[in-house]
Amino acid sequence: MKFLSNRRRKPWVATALLAMALLFVGGGYAAVSSTAPAEAAMGSQTQVEEGKRLFLEGCSSCHGLQAEGSMNGPSLIGVGAASVHFQVATGRMPMSAPGAQAPAKEVFYTEDEIAAMSAWVASLAPGPAIPTAEQLDFADADVAEGGVLFRINCAQCHQAAGGGGALTDGKYAPSLMNATPQEIYEAMLTGPQNMPIFSDETLPVAEKQQILAYIDALQQAPSPGGLSLGRLGPVVEGLFMWTAVFAALIAAAVWIGIKAR
Amino acid sequence: MSKRDDASILPANPPHGEPKLGYLPVADIPHKPRVTDTDPKAARRAERQVAGMFILSMLLVVLFVVAFVTIDVATVIYVPVLGEVGASNLALGLTFGGAVFLIGAGAIQWAKKLMPDVEVVQERHNMTSPKDDTEEVAATYERGKEESGFARYPIIRRTLIGALALFPIPLIVMLRDLWQTPAGANPVEILSSTSWRDGERIVPDIGHNTGENVPGIRPEEIPVGGLVSALPMSIKDLKDDVVANMRDRGKSAIILVRMDPEEIRSQQGEGWDYQGILAYSKICTHVGCPIALYEHRTHHLLCPCHQSTFDLADSGDVIFGPAARRMPQLPIRIDEEGYLVAASDFAEPVGPSFWERG
Repeated sequence: MKFLSNRRRKPWVATALLAMALLFVGGGYAAVSSTAPAEAAMGSQTQVEEGKRLFLEGCSSCHGLQAEGSMNGPSLIGVGAASVHFQVATGRMPMSAPGAQAPAKEVFYTEDEIAAMSAWVASLAPGPAIPTAEQLDFADADVAEGGVLFRINCAQCHQAAGGGGALTDGKYAPSLMNATPQEIYEAMLTGPQNMPIFSDETLPVAEKQQILAYIDALQQAPSPGGLSLGRLGPVVEGLFMWTAVFAALIAAAVWIGIKAR
Repeated sequence: MSKRDDASILPANPPHGEPKLGYLPVADIPHKPRVTDTDPKAARRAERQVAGMFILSMLLVVLFVVAFVTIDVATVIYVPVLGEVGASNLALGLTFGGAVFLIGAGAIQWAKKLMPDVEVVQERHNMTSPKDDTEEVAATYERGKEESGFARYPIIRRTLIGALALFPIPLIVMLRDLWQTPAGANPVEILSSTSWRDGERIVPDIGHNTGENVPGIRPEEIPVGGLVSALPMSIKDLKDDVVANMRDRGKSAIILVRMDPEEIRSQQGEGWDYQGILAYSKICTHVGCPIALYEHRTHHLLCPCHQSTFDLADSGDVIFGPAARRMPQLPIRIDEEGYLVAASDFAEPVGPSFWERG
């Protein structure tokens, strides 16, 4: 102990103690949290309970203790597993700050945790389920028909090439360039944020698959010239020409005209 | 050859010494020498710069040929800022563009740094015509006025002005023929009515095959917050007539939205919804863009063309943007088989304003 007490006033001691404390807390948390998915995978009832625990921990401050909603967040009763998976697996939930719209960001929960929360929310009331692999299989879908449906139903907000666009009051329709087929399908089913719902009755599974095929084709489509400018089309490209390229031409003209030193 | 042409081709006299024939006089203003005029080192540096640009241009041309031969057209590479780019496009553009640019830039640098730097007097000829010319034109005009009698016969003068003023009118009247209608049809009636009538089934718009193999839409199929772009069932009869099909789409396209009935503050007619399902025209009343940009929590319908915004929970009234009129609402009900149908045509013309509509 004398060894320690002799050195307790050295300048590096505070840093070392802090590092030890952080290691202890972080390691302890990791040990606890890494056991959670294992439990969740064990059975449906356990999964639902785990989901409830995660919900109370991370979501209830806005969505209410019974998912009944509050001033800060809507009720989640009846939104279904698809809605939970979409919001959490794209990082939109939990929101980092209140605002016009929840942006997609780094995902906070693991796949198992998201499955548990989805299971718990789905147990509250019937709602859209997470789409099956069969529903998401667009391998045989007609891309051209998908393009027609996309332009009728989706292009107004997401642009004809899926680049996304502005809505009112700071809200926006996000780009679809990085969206997975599952996320797109879930978004159509559940209508996240201000997106309207496209139910399987009015937009049947086969048509949704065509839309998925079209978006997939958009995502695969190369942009040989680069700098696609959000794929917004000739208006944006013209604006770019008028501002950036004209500015460069004017700069060149000024350089030509200026007297050499 | 005029003086102005001379000025553009003649070089300046050297700033010092005897003026030479065929050279322009040097202007009598203070001259500030360039670094390259006073410092021989700087001059050599500028020389190397210019030659360097020309050499680089040559190198880029060689690189262009190499890139053209070696880079596969389908190769895609990632470049910061530009994103995924075709490697061949990028290489060819940069090398050839750079080669041409460097020839120009080198020439400019040469002219600015090394070619003679003197202020010259460049004479410009008078902008006004010689006095003789102007007098002759005025005399010709006066003589023409006199001989034609334009001033002497006021009735001829006035009738001529009248005839010239009226002759463009047929050109304007003929604009009406740009709207090609069946013989005897009245464009106003065509613009004022759509295919919707009492009992007309509403079907989802799926493009070319709309209305085929679909009985209609049941109210329970549209959830609260849902949106359906729809058309009248009768559109399928126009499937093979492209012109009639597009015309019908241009007028009859609607959107169905469903909201909590308590959220509906007003409608254009009593009971025009069906249990919270509202049908509105899809054609913007400003310049006729199709709109389905619907925010289901605010119930705002936003036109992507000019940002006109309509509040579908409040009679489709304009709350923002250049649209002058509200979005027309279509009254709907269900038929005996439980499918959504129109209860009548629109009560007002859909789409943008036209002359006779006021």
